[in-house]
Amino acid sequence: MNDCQLPTEDCLLITGVGIISALGRSVKETLDALRKQQSGLSPVTILDTKLKHIPAGEVKYSDEELLDQLGISTGRDAYTRTALLGLAAAEEAMRMSQSGGDKKRISLVSSTTTGGMRFHEKNAREIFSGTIDRKYISLLDCADAAQQIAQRFGITENITTVSTACSSSANAIIVGARMIKNGLADKVLVGGTDALTRFALNGFNSLEILSPDGCRPFDARRNGVSLGEGAAYLVLESAATARPERILCRLSGYANTNEAYHQTASSPGGEGAAHSIRQALASAGLRPEDIDYINAHGTGTQINDLSEGRAIETVFGHHIPPVSSTKGYTGHTLAAAGAAEAVISILALQHSMLFPNLRFTAPMPELSFTPQTTLEENAPLRHVLSNSFGFGGSNASLIFSRP
Amino acid sequence: MMPAYIISTGLISPQRTFENDFSCDADTGGAPILTAVEPDYRGLLHPVQLRRSSRILKLGIGAAQRCIHNAGGRQPDAIIVGTGLACVNDLETFMKSIEESGEQGLSAIPFINSSHNTVAAQVARTLQIQTYNNTHCHRGASFENALLDTLMLLQEEEYKHVLVGGIDEFSMHYYRLLEEKPVAGEGAGFFLLSDTPPGNNSVKISAVKTFYRPPEDFIARFLEEQQLPAHQLDAVVLGINGLPADDAVYRRQIDTFFPPHALLAAYKHLCGEYRTAGAFALALATHALWAGAFPAPSVLRPGASGKLQKVLLYNHYQNCNHSLVVLEGG
Repeated sequence: MNDCQLPTEDCLLITGVGIISALGRSVKETLDALRKQQSGLSPVTILDTKLKHIPAGEVKYSDEELLDQLGISTGRDAYTRTALLGLAAAEEAMRMSQSGGDKKRISLVSSTTTGGMRFHEKNAREIFSGTIDRKYISLLDCADAAQQIAQRFGITENITTVSTACSSSANAIIVGARMIKNGLADKVLVGGTDALTRFALNGFNSLEILSPDGCRPFDARRNGVSLGEGAAYLVLESAATARPERILCRLSGYANTNEAYHQTASSPGGEGAAHSIRQALASAGLRPEDIDYINAHGTGTQINDLSEGRAIETVFGHHIPPVSSTKGYTGHTLAAAGAAEAVISILALQHSMLFPNLRFTAPMPELSFTPQTTLEENAPLRHVLSNSFGFGGSNASLIFSRP
Repeated sequence: MMPAYIISTGLISPQRTFENDFSCDADTGGAPILTAVEPDYRGLLHPVQLRRSSRILKLGIGAAQRCIHNAGGRQPDAIIVGTGLACVNDLETFMKSIEESGEQGLSAIPFINSSHNTVAAQVARTLQIQTYNNTHCHRGASFENALLDTLMLLQEEEYKHVLVGGIDEFSMHYYRLLEEKPVAGEGAGFFLLSDTPPGNNSVKISAVKTFYRPPEDFIARFLEEQQLPAHQLDAVVLGINGLPADDAVYRRQIDTFFPPHALLAAYKHLCGEYRTAGAFALALATHALWAGAFPAPSVLRPGASGKLQKVLLYNHYQNCNHSLVVLEGG
């Protein structure tokens, strides 16, 4: 089942990836950190918050440094951190896919959950009192980052922003895939971006699910999620227009499903997650045993890891492939997580590597499997599954395969 | 792409549209802010849901339930929502409480409710739909992008009926920050779309496209792409909102690209300006095609012939997000 199940022209190819997170500001820096098993979690130093002591995956560049890195010299006050992170990752992805000069129809499906909230927090007094300069109002909503990216790359058609909580960018990838399949674009830049905010930190804190010392996914002693920030973008192309030498891998299957169960919690039996994984397998024309690695959603909360773990057991039975959550490296980057973990899954495929689940201490008594805890550098992978589950029961699963 | 057929609509707006009355003659009395005429939600929402839901959720679930009711109870295979500001009032509440409390002792409820996909998720929970569920939050193109997502989904075997909605509630927070204020509005409009025609007198969406700062001739290019010569358009529905700068954009397009014989209609004086006002426009035009005429309060310029078959919806938000939707009657 290694070959593309669809007629060749319907293959969805990935020709560029870009990422910025607590691990670094390029695919190379990300791979280096993963290989060295270096976590990006640390006390918060850049965001102004009273919750600085709670470890998070913060990108250790100020907005000014990000602006400099992007070579933005004018109108510097009109960029939110969400947009800057997005621009950094989108630029790397576009550069890698090298579309310069060719006349391809390009669209953009971005995603975010916090949008302009970071900017809003920084200027809260002026905004709440109504004294803010009116030119900044367009920076507050979800569309801003996508439009800044569109502006930079001259993208004018079918630009959208998906927002389905923690599965946002996985769902952005799915929308982009359908744009290619339906011939609406030759190339779609897909992904997501979220800056760390007081809003998210305090929100997760109010739910009492923030880990005080760094997340431990799939661990009996897990004590919550560690938040992060960052952006990741992928370039999707059809076989008809992709240059063969640029092809990194295929997006071979995907699923977007809903639990219709609870606003924030996932079904404890993992039915919703299992539904999502099964649908993705079906859309790829693959069997569970074809999956060689699962990059789990694995947030480190009591509920997620139990429900996702049970879903994996349900779908994979006695043949559970290596599983790890890489949120111990990056933190949970919310809207960016699906795309960031897609990039990490693609790195695993490209480099035949399995990335360990950091800080693992004790198996969960409810589960029959334990996560991958060592780095493996010679793992020939054919198909990798990546899960993203969000508030509102918004579940998504993606499958990446060797070209 | 194959067209999508409109099975039913459910619209809560400043007009009496919830009762499927599209005469659009509610007296808005020149008010600067038009608020939705809300139905009695009992019977639309479960009593517990009714007690716990924020206003935007009631608007969303109410309109979605009405749409399903109008389709004879037919359940969708997917739910897609477009919302410019989503649960902005809950979001604002949580942000304020962070500032005021100094990040201490916060209630999680407004945080939970503020997730942008709350409406789509709660509609799914109400209808128990466990399949595709998506939310587009892209300012003035949120609803039209949701519509595009819907059309793409309907090309696939497993999706026969998709429930798609556009929803935004009035936000005083944002309104206060606007420099130039058009008549502000709000609304929740849901549509059950199908890949097959429901019978006679069916209305179909044959094309949707959204644009970001497009070149001046984007409408002409779009019509060419759709192989739809401008002279075949019987009506053009415009998002005119009364602000000179915004309306000048429509004016230029009218003078340059639109056929002189076509009927021109407008709707933002009826529903107000909001990021998903396109959902009101789609419901208005659908009912006009079903009825054979646009309601008088929406007509800017009558058509030269009484024919009403092909309709173009053109909306833009601050000359930044533009969208085009082609609608065809039977």
